[in-house]
Amino acid sequence: MKDFEYFSPKTVEEALSLLSQYKGEAKIIAGGQSMLVVMRQGLLAPEYVVDIKGVTALDYMTYDEREGLRIGALTTHRAIEKSPLIKKHFRALSEMERNLATIQTRNWGTIGGNLCHGDPAGDPAPVLIALDAKLKLKSLSGERIVAMEGFSKDMLEVDLEPDEMLVEIQVPTPRPHTGVAHEKLMVMQGDAGIVGAAVSITLKPKDGVCEDARIVISNAASVPMRVREAEKRLIGKVVNAPLLTEAGEIASAEADPPSDVHASAEYRREMVKVFVGRAAGRAFEIAKTE
Amino acid sequence: MKGEPKELKIKVNGMLYELKVKPKALLNDVLRKDLKLTGTKRGCLESTCGACTVILDGKAVRSCSILAMQANGHEITTIEGLAKGDKLHPIQEVFINHGAIECGFCIPGRVMMAKALLDENPNPTQEEIKLAMQGVLCADSGYVKQIEAVEIAAERMRGGE
Repeated sequence: MKDFEYFSPKTVEEALSLLSQYKGEAKIIAGGQSMLVVMRQGLLAPEYVVDIKGVTALDYMTYDEREGLRIGALTTHRAIEKSPLIKKHFRALSEMERNLATIQTRNWGTIGGNLCHGDPAGDPAPVLIALDAKLKLKSLSGERIVAMEGFSKDMLEVDLEPDEMLVEIQVPTPRPHTGVAHEKLMVMQGDAGIVGAAVSITLKPKDGVCEDARIVISNAASVPMRVREAEKRLIGKVVNAPLLTEAGEIASAEADPPSDVHASAEYRREMVKVFVGRAAGRAFEIAKTE
Repeated sequence: MKGEPKELKIKVNGMLYELKVKPKALLNDVLRKDLKLTGTKRGCLESTCGACTVILDGKAVRSCSILAMQANGHEITTIEGLAKGDKLHPIQEVFINHGAIECGFCIPGRVMMAKALLDENPNPTQEEIKLAMQGVLCADSGYVKQIEAVEIAAERMRGGE
């Protein structure tokens, strides 16, 4: 790993000043569970490292029905996994965290760090896109709110200016009769998904017709991706098993999966079919009981 | 200046250490090289194997995936901090007596993982033990004896031993 100069600000303002001062040459580290790996591989060699792990004001979770869920960017994966509040209102988030890496990684790694790393195999992004989450980004000159959906730009690239940092994740309360589920293909529990799928289905109260659907696949393109044709196939129809299978097939055609050491593009395409089907099936079952 | 050593204050196994470390030093480097606490292993260096697991402020973490400076002001427990003089910690004792150790490389990390689990949850289900143990890979023995050892240790620790 290359040498760097190290700062450990204790407030958001201090961190933002450092980013503004060293524009483009500074890199934020939070838990560093992904970043230290790419630094050791030499893919990333920042001149200045701004360690925000000590900015304790960004470690929080709050919920109310109107405002929805607010998660501070430095909340650890483990805290989200174990939070009674998340288990009660956003079970899919808690389940996703349970399958994210190992307990040690979840104990130190943060949700914000994960999202800013921009790994197309990451789990939080597809689930948060399915939940229609927004991100609050801050710089010295102000703040902006962006949709999680557009945040990932390319492999390991996100929509962050050099002087900006992610401070909060905002998740709206799902509408009534909504089910959300996440599934991924793992060799061992906790592996990054060879492919993953997060699905949100909202049903009309009485007739089982799908009112809204959001289907997101991960590690099946250079960014977590909504498969809109597959969504359209569900919306306005009575949901049943054959329809969910069809949605999986359409999602598979929309995917643009890579070939790598973990799986060929063909295999990933096949697995998108399977895992979208599974996640959609589970989301549908949950939606019926909500 | 780039690479300039920074002051680090950490408490390890109850002892306060003040030293100067390079910003890029990993917690694992400082424990093993500066403090000569070589019980904590250096395995894959990419957060896969878990052999480097230590306890930081009560939580199991991987010392190869944390900058030493990130542990500034925090409290660490390593495998060297478990025994009281010649008296082994119940988890260590059970691992030995139950035959849960083969080559031993993963064992310090695994024992720390078990300790963090049992400190937080003295009566875990077998499923909870498995979930914790999967954070440390074993290349030879398989996991059955290790899982059983944690169950036995949990029972003993609940009995106040």
